Amino acid sequence: MEKRVVFRSRWLPYALVAPQLAITIAFFFWPASQALYQSLLLQDPFGTSVQFVGLENFQYLFRDEGYRASFRITAVYSALVAGIGIALSLLLAVMADHIIRGALAFRTLLIWPYAVAPAVAGVLWVFLFSPSIGILPFWLARIGITWNHLLDGNQAMTLVVIAAVWKQVSYNFLFFIAGLQSIPKSLIEAAAIDGAGPMRRFWTIVFPLLSPTTFFLLVVNIVFAFFDTFGIIDSATQGGPGQSTTVLVYKVYQDGFKGLDLGSSAAQSVILMAIVIGLTVVQFRYIERKVQY
Amino acid sequence: MAGVSIRNVYKSFGPVKVIQGISMDIADGEFVVMVGPSGCGKSTLLRMVAGLENVTSGEIAIGERVVNDLEPKDRDIAMVFQNYALYPHMSVFDNMAYGLKIQRRPKADIEARVQRAAEILELTKFLKRRPRELSGGQRQRVAMGRALVREPKVFLFDEPLSNLDAKLRVQMRSELQALHQRLRTTTIYVTHDQVEAMTLAHRMLVMSTGGKTEQIGAPLEVYNRPATTFVAGFIGSPPMNLIPGRIAEGGRALAAEGGVHVRLPEARGSLEGRNVLLGVRPEHFETCEPGAALLNPDIDFIELLGSDSLVYGHLGADKSSARVAARLHTSVVAKAGRLPLRFDAQHMHLFEPEGGKRLEA
Amino acid sequence: MVERRPALDFLAYAILTLGVVVVALPIYVTFVASTQTLDQILEVPMSLVPGSELLANYKAVLTSGSERAASAPVGRMMLVSLVVALVVPAGKIIISLLSAFAIVYFRFPGRMFFFWMIFITLMLPVEVRIVPTYEVIARMNLLNTFPGLILPLVASATATFLFRQFFMTIPDELAEAARIDGAGPMRFFWDVVMPLSRTNMAALFVILFIYGWNQYLWPLLVTTEESMYTVVIGIRRMIAGGDAATEWNLVMATAMLAMLPPALVVLLMQRWFIKGLVETEK
Repeated sequence: MEKRVVFRSRWLPYALVAPQLAITIAFFFWPASQALYQSLLLQDPFGTSVQFVGLENFQYLFRDEGYRASFRITAVYSALVAGIGIALSLLLAVMADHIIRGALAFRTLLIWPYAVAPAVAGVLWVFLFSPSIGILPFWLARIGITWNHLLDGNQAMTLVVIAAVWKQVSYNFLFFIAGLQSIPKSLIEAAAIDGAGPMRRFWTIVFPLLSPTTFFLLVVNIVFAFFDTFGIIDSATQGGPGQSTTVLVYKVYQDGFKGLDLGSSAAQSVILMAIVIGLTVVQFRYIERKVQY
Repeated sequence: MAGVSIRNVYKSFGPVKVIQGISMDIADGEFVVMVGPSGCGKSTLLRMVAGLENVTSGEIAIGERVVNDLEPKDRDIAMVFQNYALYPHMSVFDNMAYGLKIQRRPKADIEARVQRAAEILELTKFLKRRPRELSGGQRQRVAMGRALVREPKVFLFDEPLSNLDAKLRVQMRSELQALHQRLRTTTIYVTHDQVEAMTLAHRMLVMSTGGKTEQIGAPLEVYNRPATTFVAGFIGSPPMNLIPGRIAEGGRALAAEGGVHVRLPEARGSLEGRNVLLGVRPEHFETCEPGAALLNPDIDFIELLGSDSLVYGHLGADKSSARVAARLHTSVVAKAGRLPLRFDAQHMHLFEPEGGKRLEA
Repeated sequence: MVERRPALDFLAYAILTLGVVVVALPIYVTFVASTQTLDQILEVPMSLVPGSELLANYKAVLTSGSERAASAPVGRMMLVSLVVALVVPAGKIIISLLSAFAIVYFRFPGRMFFFWMIFITLMLPVEVRIVPTYEVIARMNLLNTFPGLILPLVASATATFLFRQFFMTIPDELAEAARIDGAGPMRFFWDVVMPLSRTNMAALFVILFIYGWNQYLWPLLVTTEESMYTVVIGIRRMIAGGDAATEWNLVMATAMLAMLPPALVVLLMQRWFIKGLVETEK
């Protein structure tokens, strides 16, 4: 897309992009390329010996059970967060779209978890679920469930999923509301005249028309589960118990900063980069196609 | 005050030629209209005069100065855009004052100029308002006001009335004429509407697709002696009839396949045997006695316009051959059948079939 | 509304209310905990009625932090967070306005290259480049400093993209009229483009304020001195000692304080917030 009008200047455009370029090169491209480079090295943590090992770091990772486990955990985690998050927010959005009075109040009350930092959300929920002092384990014990996420890996996963979904529902909710409002009322009315009840109308008309929004949110939620949940995990479970909530991005942090295995951490970063780029490309392509109809 | 000279100007966008060799000398104080169908390059030509587009080859001069390399602000011109291009976040006053502020004129001077322009355009009440609070016609006037305050050597108008409704357009046309009478600034006006062209222009430049000059002349001249079939068909509504055929009978008739026969009011012996296009404007036909008729089209249908009607018919045996339109007084028009028509020699035009150039006697 | 179905309406209100309750639950519990003494919290189950320690807890936490967890005064941490949350949006918006303007309104060699370069940065969040970015900051001696906290967060191009999309919708004729009026490019930028971009700037500011305030991983790595902790990091450090060492009443008070500014921004600037969300993701 080009604009017809153009100002003529030799040096001005360069001066204008210079600040952004400088920061982007220094703090984005240079570190990213460094990560790529470091992923091909085997480094002693103190930097005294450096050895070029090609793709060995990557090969090691793919054979490492710990890494593969982390992959699995991340996949499960993002599927749960995205799936539950989207389903719940869709339900809430449809209900909010349905009522006339109080819609604005409900909307306001439901969107502000977006403002809560993931790390803080993690602290809140770990407090609620604390095996020793939390009120939820207390109520759960009343109905026969013993809760101790410090020992049970699945419960730890449940905790971080709940914290993440709690935060994301507000974001998804907003987008679904926008999507629902962009569906022409006349379509719904026509279907009603044709005799379709609310459930049928939802599944045959509303849901298909929402599919671009749903798809978009799916990608966003997955990226969120991959990256923004670092704060939740670090404050709630620190990747434990054992490694049961160590998602990929957490492992990058553990191996790089705690374990000081720079090569492995860099290799993991590169793999994550590839995954994100892949997801972005998929989303872009889908949007292109969507624009056709 | 200055004239504008366009000397052999060409413009291409890459391989695409949009202006091909246009030359015109516009006198100081003249109101020139550049008219042509959409996409013929008239706006591009205007923007080249303004300095918003580069000239590929040729020269443009304002006054005595060649301005090819000058920025728009240095050319002492002002432009009124089709979509008005008003700064949405500024008041009417600020919109008009903007250019003057950049020129660092003293506040009192700016104030005086804006007030004067506002008076002329009846905008005094709206000076504090924002563009979005104004109607289309009012916005149009603000755009003109912005041009007025600069007191430029040349006014450039790019289809300024196209976004207005028909009634408003008629009113603005007369206001534009009055304005020009008063200020006498050289004006170049671009439009695709030939009615605007005919009513406003001292002289017209008629252009066709690809940026080609078809004719330059005063409105009446272009109307009465179109230089090409393009001009003949473009100016005048409904367009001039163009009947193809061969000059026969010693230059006294036009004949074509399928029984098409038109007697010519004046013999053209020199063109005997040649294939030509015979042009007669619908408004120049008159009904007459069958004996005096020069042609007898078969009526296809009639459009009732009020006191006038447009009659559509064909000359040949076949319904689609040699279609003819005539504008006649409603009272003389029959419902069906043959319509005997005649026309004067002065209203007869002959053109070459290839290239469409006018054939002189 | 197509039909009147009271049952469905009731269901809708019920579900929505349930949603609001679930969403509000952690916050409510946190608030209550922040008004109680530590002993009251440790009594299982904790009472759900607000206690009387509100002023005491908040005052303690703001001025001296949590002693058992050896943390800095929360007042100082809020300040650090505030600086980050204000400078990151300001910085991003300014440099993005300039770059977007250059990309849209000028034609120069390398233009498309810059555009794609900037576009790529959209794809990789800071979490993916943490180790090398840390090294860069360390080498520049910017650890434990404000620039060290802020600069890497300014490096992605969401804002540039948004402004570019917006600038493309500004009619060409506006720039042409300005050119004829004698305005140079920067004059046009200041007099026309910036005023027209105000709503976009407000929307972005809201989103980026929250983004800056809620940053976690990056501040975690780059600050080791307590005086440079953001409040989000501060909370995390406070519970690092495990349940036994944690003064939960103070932690919860800090959490409430940490949630307050972004929540206020969302509530007061709801319109811009929603616009910002929707625009940045397109």
